[in-house]
Amino acid sequence: MSPDPRSEFPSAVETASLVRSGERSARAVIESTLERIARFEAELHCFNLVTDVDALSAADAVDALVAAGKDPGPLAGVPVALKDNMCTRSIPTTAGSRILEGWIPPYDATVVSALRAGGAIVVGKTNLDEFAMGSSTENSAFGTTRNPWDLGRVPGGSSGGSAAAVAAGLATVALGSDTGGSIRQPSALCGVVGVKPTYGLVSRYGLIAFASSLDQIGPIATTVADAATLLEVIAVHDPADSTSLNVTRSRWSTDLAEGIEGLRVGVIEDFLADAAPGCQSGVRAAAEALASAGAKVEEVAVPSLMLGLSAYYLIAPAEASSNLARYDGVRYGLRVEAPDTAEMNSRTRAAGFGPEVKRRIMLGTYVLSAGYYDAYYAQAQRVRTLVARGFAEAYESFDVLLSPTTPSAAFPIGEKSNDPIAMYLSDLFTIPSNLAGHPAVSVPFALDQGLPIGVQVLAPALGESTMFRVAAAVERAADPMARGPIEPRAKTNS
Amino acid sequence: MADTSASFSRSDVAHVASLARLDLAEDEIEMYAAQLATILDHVAAVTSLDTSTVAPTAHPLDVSNVVRSDVVGPTLDRDEVLAQAPATESGRFKVPPILGEAP
Repeated sequence: MSPDPRSEFPSAVETASLVRSGERSARAVIESTLERIARFEAELHCFNLVTDVDALSAADAVDALVAAGKDPGPLAGVPVALKDNMCTRSIPTTAGSRILEGWIPPYDATVVSALRAGGAIVVGKTNLDEFAMGSSTENSAFGTTRNPWDLGRVPGGSSGGSAAAVAAGLATVALGSDTGGSIRQPSALCGVVGVKPTYGLVSRYGLIAFASSLDQIGPIATTVADAATLLEVIAVHDPADSTSLNVTRSRWSTDLAEGIEGLRVGVIEDFLADAAPGCQSGVRAAAEALASAGAKVEEVAVPSLMLGLSAYYLIAPAEASSNLARYDGVRYGLRVEAPDTAEMNSRTRAAGFGPEVKRRIMLGTYVLSAGYYDAYYAQAQRVRTLVARGFAEAYESFDVLLSPTTPSAAFPIGEKSNDPIAMYLSDLFTIPSNLAGHPAVSVPFALDQGLPIGVQVLAPALGESTMFRVAAAVERAADPMARGPIEPRAKTNS
Repeated sequence: MADTSASFSRSDVAHVASLARLDLAEDEIEMYAAQLATILDHVAAVTSLDTSTVAPTAHPLDVSNVVRSDVVGPTLDRDEVLAQAPATESGRFKVPPILGEAP
């Protein structure tokens, strides 16, 4: 057996500490990451674009700050991969869609500016399901990303490129976006930590919109401490995003040491029945470990959470059909010429969007159309209130909730790509947190037939501090072989 | 409440496609007719629920409107923005004729 590759990969916190003290140059860190990308990118396809030249010059700028005795930031020299639905000035941004192929944003997303201010270095734009619509990256117009744990399986999605990149050591940390589980589900399937923060905690200025009442940017990392540190850097109040919360910035990474003595943890029993045996046993083992660490653990029934998936598949497509109206061939991106503007709009959109995006636009347009709005969209928003009430009742008795992140481990490429309902079901346990605007994190916990499974810690709005403390306790009890970074594997040893 | 037992004819789907400005091919219209019906059947658990006493969610968190002072701030550079457009003329976006009139 080869030596554990993780020893070669310092965490983001360790990397920043080495760079800040001058023990290791940011250039050396970035060069070694770019070498690893060159070695594995062809078989994994994590990236739509590797920004090697910009990354090296950013590294030199960090090294110059260190040499001048200035503060290079808490993430100095840390290689970060950006999901390719976050705008980067002068660097192409595709959202995984032909309709934006070749588009060069005239501005940076707020998270990109925040990363730069924190000293982090963007090494590339990662692959995703087109406009973040999907759970496998198979809906990308630019090819499918492969899971480093088994190249025949999907990495999950929609932030599959970001999760796979971190899992294979092609970036130390990454950013994803999560509308119904698009950070947590691929993180679970790739054996990394993924956080969906409270709605409004991270600015979405420059994030290409999918479903605006649900979308949130968050970190992907190999450790809970790295995820918490990255969230501290990107959770800045932003007047350019009207949903950005103006709350006191927290120090989640230092809260981790507080432990979980006396915290009340509820295991969501409604989710357990729908999870594969390996995911069920993972959650039960995590629950026992939390109890041993001093938490009060009980099972709790929250039946209204099971309504979340259906409500989501009315709300998210409705909002998407509205948000994606902007791709009309007029101001940016693809245009297919036609004799008049309406025909140009229709031909451009037909040529530029892939099948899943068209499916959701059709569904969303239908449920918002005259005569159906109340029956579908307004009804789904009422059910959303029921989901939020279910959480509120549970949080009267518990500080956090615990569940599997996904119903199963990573599935084979192609298995669900022609069955929309089967694909949608992989987000069953993650969607309720988006509907309620709550934070949740997936922590890699165990291996199930050679594939990682994740345990999800859910918390009420702005409950990140407690959520991270419990996540760190789950991490301490986890199988260390169930998390990245790993060497990409042709096939699991099942 | 509208009838939500889902079934879609070709012309239903074609009508939605025209509302969505999607020039769908025949085989796409057939595929979406079947798939939209399947998806809407699947969400019937939600559409058939009695929610007469439940208010719809307007925002996931309890927050109030955000306003700012009405002052001029920096904006994106016009030439940089227009450089990304498929067609421009005299500092504006250029489109094919609308309402059947030549430009």
